[in-house]
Amino acid sequence: MADEILRLDGVCKSYNVGTPVETEVLHDIDLAMRRGEFLALMGPSGSGKSTLLNIIGLLDRPTSGRLFINGQDTSALGDGELTRLRGHSIGFVFQYHYLISAFTALENVMMPMLVDRGFPSRDIEHRAADLMQQVGLTRVAGNLAMNMSGGQQQRVAIARSLAMQPDLVLADEPTGNLDTKSADGAFELMRQVNRHNGTTFLIVTHNMDLARRCDRIIEVVDGRIQANEP
Amino acid sequence: MNRWLPFEWITAIRFLREGRMQTMFIISGIAIGVAVIVFMSAMLAGLQANFIKRVLTSQPQIQLLAPDEVARPLRSGAREIEAALIQRPTQRTLSIDQWQKIRDQVQAMPEVTVVSPTVSGSALAVRGEASRSVTITGMDPAVYFKIVRLPDYIVAGDTRLESDDIIVGTELANDLGATIGDKLNVRAASGADRVLTITGIVDLGNKGANQRSTYVALRTAQSLLDLVGGVTTIDLTVQDVYAAETLAQEIQASYPVEADSWIKTNAQFFTAVHAQSTTNTLIRLFVGLSVAFGIAAVLVVSVIQRSKDIGILRAMGTRRGQILRVFLIQGGLLGLVGSLFGSAMGAAALVFWHGYARQVDGSELFPLILDRTLFIAAAVLATATGVVAAMAPALRAAKLDPVAAIRG
Repeated sequence: MADEILRLDGVCKSYNVGTPVETEVLHDIDLAMRRGEFLALMGPSGSGKSTLLNIIGLLDRPTSGRLFINGQDTSALGDGELTRLRGHSIGFVFQYHYLISAFTALENVMMPMLVDRGFPSRDIEHRAADLMQQVGLTRVAGNLAMNMSGGQQQRVAIARSLAMQPDLVLADEPTGNLDTKSADGAFELMRQVNRHNGTTFLIVTHNMDLARRCDRIIEVVDGRIQANEP
Repeated sequence: MNRWLPFEWITAIRFLREGRMQTMFIISGIAIGVAVIVFMSAMLAGLQANFIKRVLTSQPQIQLLAPDEVARPLRSGAREIEAALIQRPTQRTLSIDQWQKIRDQVQAMPEVTVVSPTVSGSALAVRGEASRSVTITGMDPAVYFKIVRLPDYIVAGDTRLESDDIIVGTELANDLGATIGDKLNVRAASGADRVLTITGIVDLGNKGANQRSTYVALRTAQSLLDLVGGVTTIDLTVQDVYAAETLAQEIQASYPVEADSWIKTNAQFFTAVHAQSTTNTLIRLFVGLSVAFGIAAVLVVSVIQRSKDIGILRAMGTRRGQILRVFLIQGGLLGLVGSLFGSAMGAAALVFWHGYARQVDGSELFPLILDRTLFIAAAVLATATGVVAAMAPALRAAKLDPVAAIRG
């Protein structure tokens, strides 16, 4: 399908393959996401959500099954090609913000573009400044991560995930470490980006209230998709 | 961000800057190591240059002598030797056979710079009741002083040498209670004697030499030693002082003379220089190794500390090669900056030590040689050592699994 951004066909993931303690954490996962969707991924701890997110984010490979991004089968790609595809198509937001502490907020947002192009440029700086404005943090653009609140750091992380104009943003419990107000602010920001830019979001969350505000909830239990409800 | 620097350089510099304390400590460590290497290398180079200069300006680089006299067994017929015991003959002071011809031919060799025929032998210097055995060297001052820089060693008088003049060592002058203008009676074993006037006193830097050495005009020595028209040695200097031994062997093979190079006659000195160089190389090697391990240790810790950053960078599309370069650049930068500080410290220590350490006569112990190539070599080597030392931690960083790195 033309507007299908992601598809997983029978994806399984096992750890310690070939050893007596081989553990299968994902069983035969089938999943598809349309461009512009805003999805919540829920499930209890240890259910395989993060593993699934890492596989979708091309940070990990499935043991079997296939993963398509923008219709491209990723199973045959080498490490370098996967890295390139990840850099161009996928943005990440992590629970603990994970800004690079040696750089300012603005420079953190510039980073994915700098990695891709090799040298800093005025374009990169302008694009990063625009994103900082979009997340409402122009005032603290020159601050280092340690000089910003958790909510601000998470907004910077969201801006950074959008730097390469990715098709898909994966957020692993992005609000899990924030107070209710900041969590709500960060969630709303992602929702706004989704509505205005059409960026697809897959958000892992434990917060049912936030999940209900998504287009669709996917529930993973014991490595299987239990529910896939709108 | 500096627009001229690529991503890897920007990240490497930021990582180093953020870990200020760690960076400062390792740069200090590298600087001390490089300072030791620079100081030792420059000082030893200076000391050796000084030693070699002293050795080479106080003696010829090659000396041609008349071959030893040998006794031949008395034979009564083929394979029949009459005398069972062959005694080594005593060595008389002999002139080199056809020395003028040898001098001219050796002079024509391109490797040879100065040729000075000399006559030397032993004699007795008498003044009043005192007498001392001395070595007389008779030569032509115009050429001989180009080989042995006697004018540099003059402490009193001058190096003028007429037929009745003599230059003596400081100890000999003391022993005989003589000074410039005093007369000495010089008696040779042949029975000839001459009254000579002291025109110069030299300090050759060695007590034994200062007790025995005397210098006279060539003709004076020839008449005293009963070698009229003859010379006992031909002294040479050559273009390449380190090729002296090879040239000496060539000359010995071509002419009826025995040729001794300064390398052969100063074998002990060479052994000492060689031992010093070997020790210096070993010290440099071990200091270099400890610097390399220091850099590696700091970067290994840095990779562990930065594993989350590496994970994030990998997640945002940074290739393994880029991560590898970030850490190799850090190693190289640590080496380079450490070597710059180290070179400055080494040079400062050298200047201080040069002013402080003096020889007994108050002259400098070693010439202050601040050779630019030494500093460039130190910087290049330290940078290369830094890059090589960073290889293991950089590979480890590049191989980090982003999932495991982010999870910590």
